[in-house]
Amino acid sequence: MTKFIIRRLLMAIPVIFLMILATFVLVHAMPGGPFDAIGQRAMPEHIRNLLERRYGLDKPLYEQFFTYLFNVIKGDFGPLFRQPSQTVNDIIAQTFPVSIQLGLMAVTVAFALGIPLGIIAALNHNTAVDYVTTFLAVLSVSVPALVLGPVLIYTFGVNLKWLPIAFWGADPPFIWGFLPKPTLEFFRHAAMPVFSIGTGGAAGIARLTRAGLLDVLSSDYIRTARAKGLKERIVIVVHALKNSLIPVATIIGPLLAGAVTGSFITEQIFALNGMGRRFVNSIGAREYFLQTSLVLIYGILLILGNLFVDILYAWLDPRIRYD
Amino acid sequence: MTAEKQIQELTNEKEIGKGRSPMQDALREFRRNKIAVGGMIFVGIVIFIAIAAPIFAPYSFETQNLRNNRAKPMEGYDVMVTYAEEKCHWYDTPMEWGCTVFIAGSDALGRDLWSRIIYGARISLAVALVAATVSLIIGLIYGTISGFAGGKVDNFMMRIVDFLYAIPLLPIIILMTVYFDAVGRQGSDSALMTAVLDINRQMGGLFFLFIAIGALNWIGMARLARGQVLSYKNKEFVEAAQAIGASRGHIIFKHLIPNVLGPLLIAESMAIPGYIFLEAALSFIGLGVDPPTPSWGAMINEGYSGIRSNAHLVLFPGIALSILTLAFNFMGDGLRDAFDTRLRGRK
Repeated sequence: MTKFIIRRLLMAIPVIFLMILATFVLVHAMPGGPFDAIGQRAMPEHIRNLLERRYGLDKPLYEQFFTYLFNVIKGDFGPLFRQPSQTVNDIIAQTFPVSIQLGLMAVTVAFALGIPLGIIAALNHNTAVDYVTTFLAVLSVSVPALVLGPVLIYTFGVNLKWLPIAFWGADPPFIWGFLPKPTLEFFRHAAMPVFSIGTGGAAGIARLTRAGLLDVLSSDYIRTARAKGLKERIVIVVHALKNSLIPVATIIGPLLAGAVTGSFITEQIFALNGMGRRFVNSIGAREYFLQTSLVLIYGILLILGNLFVDILYAWLDPRIRYD
Repeated sequence: MTAEKQIQELTNEKEIGKGRSPMQDALREFRRNKIAVGGMIFVGIVIFIAIAAPIFAPYSFETQNLRNNRAKPMEGYDVMVTYAEEKCHWYDTPMEWGCTVFIAGSDALGRDLWSRIIYGARISLAVALVAATVSLIIGLIYGTISGFAGGKVDNFMMRIVDFLYAIPLLPIIILMTVYFDAVGRQGSDSALMTAVLDINRQMGGLFFLFIAIGALNWIGMARLARGQVLSYKNKEFVEAAQAIGASRGHIIFKHLIPNVLGPLLIAESMAIPGYIFLEAALSFIGLGVDPPTPSWGAMINEGYSGIRSNAHLVLFPGIALSILTLAFNFMGDGLRDAFDTRLRGRK
């Protein structure tokens, strides 16, 4: 297993390299530059030249690329053109914890809701409970965060006034760099964004759990377990559940990607200072270093997420071997 | 289903002596699934309304009337009389009284929301259709070539897919859309680019959206197509065709693609909600379609800042988006259940 993980991490290096290259070329290919205008007026030519030389933008593109690459390896993601008092590192330090907290909590909610609902539906197969759960699952898959977010805000924020409608409830410094202090204020702020991302995932998990459990419950070894007189609870929890969760593991990859995707929209809706919102707000500007670095971080997260899924897969199903 | 009923069905007089193809089997299964049929009918109705939008939409989707802005649902204004002095009612006949009645209210620029929702269905459906077709064709060609060629070619082509699978496509798609947008605003020297930009303008910014969404979604389809080709490539009927000297093209088009196409079509119908969401999301963050073309995502964005006082500007497009997606989900689930023979008879 260690060999497999090392091999996968080594294989990720060319992927990350190509990804940085593609993003770097794409953002630099955009017409215009970061110093075209000063306020509403065009930037005087000589000042623009000076600024571009200051940030090394006058050098050939390949040289800029390798300079950036070596800086990233050293841990320096580069400057911001429009807010010279901050660097990309500062922006990432502010926004990354928020996005990670949001994403992790959304995935947690998805599992905490999805698996029990799926089990309940499967155990009450073809009864009203099953139909209601399945219908609710399809319904929540069909309501994207883009719609659920505003609906939650309107219901719980504007009408009932239970929850705050915007901003994140935790500020740095965080424990270990990303964990917030679990205050009530934090959870009150987090509730709506987390649920608007998490419910879709929960519905997907519930459907997969239900299908997986139904599949497993009709297999021979479950009949054997029942025949030898085990309690139903033992049969379900000890024998059936782990195997029925194998298909569920496949959804973690898309779910992590979905938490990233969802964060672009949800952070915008709830005005959270996360990476997605930063990225979206920077698209009008030509912040080359910020945009490339954020794509890089998303890429690393996705690669680690996929690796985690593969490891989980092997743990759930010992027949799978990667050696 | 009880056993007697099944026996009854099997011994149904009409059906004795007639074989049923797997296709007929699947269609029967699908028809029996009431929810799926309902979803399909609803999608059909929405398609019809979207095509005939000028008939169903009471007003123009782009004409602004600032005196009538932010009308509540079912509220009407007499456009002839001074603002708000004499309100019309929804049961007034618009033609007769010179009344403007907003079934779903009007937005911040006084445009009728109901008309915009109806025209917005065109965008969502067009994206669904084109994205599905584009990703199906690219995925089918790519996957079939990869699976049929095998060996080094297959290995190389699948490494590319793996690479695309490992990178976060949404931010890159956003950057691509921004790039196209910026180039479009600046204009281009080359004749080809100018022509493409012109097409895009004619389509209200949809063309680049299609490219961006298509670029994302063929990957899964290619994997699926390759897997299918691999599983059929060494089946007896293909070997038989090879034995009697059929050409490669004949085997691919007559024997492999018909078998590959079914699962791909079902996968596409399951993927359509994702395409609709992606378009809405891109339009929400201000990319995607150009105003004043109404897209549900863009409408949610426009109405969002006023959610405290005019929630209907967000809720109605949101409901429309969710209901259409729900119908597609029911339809896709039904198709999968009907065509997936492994699931059949397990209910």
